[in-house]
Amino acid sequence: MNGKITVKIIALSIWGLLLFSPFLFQDVRQIEVAARIAVFIVLVASYDLLIGYTGIVSFAHTMFFGFGAYGVAIAMKQGDSTWGYWMVGVLAGVLVSAIVAVLIGLLSLRVKAIFFAMITLAAASVALVLASQLSSFTGGEDGITYSVQSIFKPATKLLTDDEGKVLRIMDVRMNGKIAAYYFVFISCAVLFWAMLRIVASPLGTVLQAIRENEARAEGIGYRVVAYRTAVFVIAATAAALAGAVYATWLKYTGPDTTLSFAIMIDILLMVVIGGMGTMWGAVIGATLMVMAQYYLRDLMEVAANATEALPLLPDLLSPDRWLLWLGIIFILLVYFFPAGIAGTIIQRRAVK
Amino acid sequence: MGMLDRFGGVFWLPVILAIIAFVLIGAPSSWLTLTVAGLSMGLMIFLMASGLSLVFGLMDVLNFGHSAFVSFGAFVAASVLAYFGGWLGSDSILLNSLALVFAIAAAVVFGAALGWFFERVIVKPVYSDHLRQILITMGALIVAEQLILATWGGSPVNVPRPHFLEGAIIVGNSSLEVYRLFAFCLGALVYGGLFVLLNRTRMGLLIRAGVENREMVEALGFKIDRLFIGVFMLGSALAAMGGAMWAGYETIITPALGAEMMVIVFIVVIIGGLGSIQGTLLGAIVVALMQNYVGFLAPKLALASNMILMMVILLWRPYGLAPAVKIK
Repeated sequence: MNGKITVKIIALSIWGLLLFSPFLFQDVRQIEVAARIAVFIVLVASYDLLIGYTGIVSFAHTMFFGFGAYGVAIAMKQGDSTWGYWMVGVLAGVLVSAIVAVLIGLLSLRVKAIFFAMITLAAASVALVLASQLSSFTGGEDGITYSVQSIFKPATKLLTDDEGKVLRIMDVRMNGKIAAYYFVFISCAVLFWAMLRIVASPLGTVLQAIRENEARAEGIGYRVVAYRTAVFVIAATAAALAGAVYATWLKYTGPDTTLSFAIMIDILLMVVIGGMGTMWGAVIGATLMVMAQYYLRDLMEVAANATEALPLLPDLLSPDRWLLWLGIIFILLVYFFPAGIAGTIIQRRAVK
Repeated sequence: MGMLDRFGGVFWLPVILAIIAFVLIGAPSSWLTLTVAGLSMGLMIFLMASGLSLVFGLMDVLNFGHSAFVSFGAFVAASVLAYFGGWLGSDSILLNSLALVFAIAAAVVFGAALGWFFERVIVKPVYSDHLRQILITMGALIVAEQLILATWGGSPVNVPRPHFLEGAIIVGNSSLEVYRLFAFCLGALVYGGLFVLLNRTRMGLLIRAGVENREMVEALGFKIDRLFIGVFMLGSALAAMGGAMWAGYETIITPALGAEMMVIVFIVVIIGGLGSIQGTLLGAIVVALMQNYVGFLAPKLALASNMILMMVILLWRPYGLAPAVKIK
């Protein structure tokens, strides 16, 4: 069997699980995990457009994610929890992201990749500091809690049975929570599909040409800076939209859920684990990492308790130190499996 | 422009900045305090940034984990200073300075050793592959930060200062902290040493030649790899020293220190241009002066001001003010 098909089957079955997850896993925490996976698939896929398809490293992806989330959060908080204000928030977030992306892109994509990485890192940290300083507007470190459109409230009855109570299908209550989950699922699926179309389009081919040989792409007549800036803006817009969706789901936006550097590291790990430049790998990477985030910590807690008597080990195994292990895994992956899971599957099958 | 370049060119930028600030601030005493603070901060940042810039210039390697050396230097120095707490409090300047020398030496040795490990284990396998370089050194930074958290805990650590560096000297109406003057002198001394090393010794000649054209130096039969590991270790030792100085300057340090300094260090090397210590010094002083002046005039804008400064300078000179390497 062709490796590409294997990867697609795995990714599509993950999407399938996500589609039915409210019915398969009837637990609040599992739904949280499923929604987070869906949002991060979009975030990671949009990052893959940059790092995998065009070969540019940006550390500002969480900044755009944050712009989208804060756009919705501020609009909902200052205005009203209606679709109208929601649209205003989404548009504002996307617009700010696109403008900032154009500015950063035109300014720094002319020079070396490494400069771009440094500049985006600086920009992202400034955004983080601004978000915590402008507390009257952004809620500072505490973030913003707000209510969302009434259709997404858990008390909303989506479908009712004959007695006027919430209808249950397969024991699942058809309330606002289900509506919110499927809103997240559908938005993320559409965004992911759109990005698949982009990489399959002529634009995607040009991007890969730039990644492989910049000078030759320029020589053939493609304006490299323009293409790079364009893909940076597309990725930023997708990240902002993912942020808006996530903000709608969480009903809370703060530096820790959207802007923090830890999330940027998560995205990097997901894209490398899944496989850079494969797009479908984003699905695998995001799923594995989010699952690890939720369940690995529990496992580490058990391990830390089991080794309590030994010196140092419990410190290293404590759930707070899980980033340490992820960091080590990350380094080993970049050394030994730079192609990631999806990339490795495709290569192995191709050799046979 | 031609005129300007002949008389030092961009190196007048800090002076111009200081004059503008003098006019805006109005009060000479505050201006003097801020300028001294800026200069001493600038030299500490120079220590942290110089290694990054040289390593990039020589080997085309950008170490995103560079700030790990800064944090380790700060924490090692803090631990050593705490260990010699009795000596620090005593009135004897000899005991005071001994404790300080031990602390800085410990940081430098630790930094150099860590640098050796970094170069051999982390960076060596990914020479000439920028993408993987960025990813791997970033991963190493995460691991280093977590190790600091596991060793020193997440809560802020107090850094005791030697007794003889406490207090301030009063000049006119402005008070100048002794520690800042000390940091300035030490930084200037190191800069002088680096300048002599790079410009007056055979090894310096080879390093500069390597920055300009690595292949040619290799073709002439010099082992640039060995030179490179030396420069890498020197750079990490200097970063650790900068971290140690910074710890004394801040007096309270947290594990977030590395991440905070990383941004400033990056802005400095971008502004200054990669590969030259003159450029790095210039960038460090401009950034530190800007931070102090703006911090006084409009506190909320302090960090954003450096960002804006970087953007403006990149528009003017895309490769920084005084780069030694032509960036391909």
